[in-house]
Amino acid sequence: MILRAALLAGGLATAAAAEDRRTGYEMMSPELRAMQDDEMSNPGMLWVAEGAALWEAPEGPAGRSCAGCHGEAAQSMAGVAARYPAWDEASGAPVDLSGRIALCRTRHQGAEALEHESRPLLALAAYVARQSDGRPIAPDPDPRLDPWRETGRVLFTARMGQLNLACANCHDDHAGGRLGAAPIPEAHPTGYPQYRLQWEEMGGLHRRFGNCLTGIRAKPFAAGSPDYVALELYLMSRAAGLPLEAPAVRP
Amino acid sequence: MRRLALAPALALAFAVPAMAQGLPEPLTAAPGDPARGRALVLDQQRSLCTLCHAGLVPQVPFPGDLGPDLTGVGDRLTLPELRLRLVDSRAVNPDTIMPPFHSLDGLSRVGARWQGATILSAQEVENVAAFLATLKGGSE
Ligand code: HEC
Ligand code: HEC
Repeated sequence: MILRAALLAGGLATAAAAEDRRTGYEMMSPELRAMQDDEMSNPGMLWVAEGAALWEAPEGPAGRSCAGCHGEAAQSMAGVAARYPAWDEASGAPVDLSGRIALCRTRHQGAEALEHESRPLLALAAYVARQSDGRPIAPDPDPRLDPWRETGRVLFTARMGQLNLACANCHDDHAGGRLGAAPIPEAHPTGYPQYRLQWEEMGGLHRRFGNCLTGIRAKPFAAGSPDYVALELYLMSRAAGLPLEAPAVRP
Repeated sequence: MRRLALAPALALAFAVPAMAQGLPEPLTAAPGDPARGRALVLDQQRSLCTLCHAGLVPQVPFPGDLGPDLTGVGDRLTLPELRLRLVDSRAVNPDTIMPPFHSLDGLSRVGARWQGATILSAQEVENVAAFLATLKGGSE
């Protein structure tokens, strides 16, 4: 009961703060927002449809599908993407949503592993995330995640690369400013995986991290690496209360 | 090696409390060429200047706004002051977001492609500084 009250109070506090924050969606042109909002014109829906088919597809020696264990995604997966990354008991470390799906493949379906940022994994992640479209981001309160969130915060504020810049230099201190012609967003991970016009395809949050690190001429980490999961945990806690967009469109 | 050659000049600059004096010694024997400096500033991907600064070259239609407008900067700062800010703006403001264009001090996780290299060469710094010094009065 006490825990629930505390969580509720926390939820209310973040909901109030949500008004001071701006998502990438709110910074986009009316045309791009309309493209995202309309199922028929949102290119990300192609990946969602692919993911829906994969959800039902039997895999591995036992011929088991995701649906075989989880049933209707609309029920079992509602809110999951808004809560991840979460603690994985078996490995004693946090996993992001794509990591969890990849683990389900190998552990429960006995199928071959799916690579982070591979098309089938992006499609499944997009389909699972779709079940949380519009829900407020609600980070997992598991205290075992707290040191990881702190690692992520340290990474976010560390100067890196030949340009000697930290994520926070742009996304905390200069959000709303312009880097050349590009408006700088607050870096809320509200819409991943997302269809990015510049990529001409769906891509995950860890790919975005890689883009920004390469931009400051730093060495990117690997997609799915513990460092990126830590960064994701920090950004999700920073974005608590903001609505999830699935699938998002970005320029 | 470049860094070693530069160290005495920087040490001297740091020793003087009035940091505004900058780096009086040119980094190269050949004097800075303002036309080449201007061409480099126009090349946004190479020099990066217009990602953060307006007031440099009217040909760049959407300069960024993370740094101050540099219109007339040649009236406000001397050549040695300009040189110091290009070499390493941290000498003026330790928390600056302006990248150190000719220093490797304290960098971490530099990508393989850029490992061990400064953003601009000594001659490029001289050329850009010479161009900035020509920015007087209103816009170009
Ligand atoms: C020099 C400025 C700069 C730095 C430093 C930087 N970014 Fe970005 N970031 C941008 C810009 C500009 C965009 C908008 C997309 C674009 O134009 O590429 C962006 C986009 C993003 C987004 C997408 C937000 C959305 O709405 O989808 C995320 C997430 C992000 N950055 C995270 C990071 C992280 C994490 C780091 C550090 C590892 C970082 N950024 C470092 C400039 C920067
Ligand atoms: C990532 C942002 C960024 C980039 C790229 C950048 N600067 Fe700066 N610059 C700044 C900021 C911010 C300041 C303000 C002083 C400070 O905080 O150090 C500044 C200050 C200056 C000043 C001193 C202006 C004054 O009135 O005191 C000069 C000169 C200058 N920059 C020139 C350049 C040139 C030339 C380039 C490219 C070769 C460049 N800058 C690239 C951010 C940047």
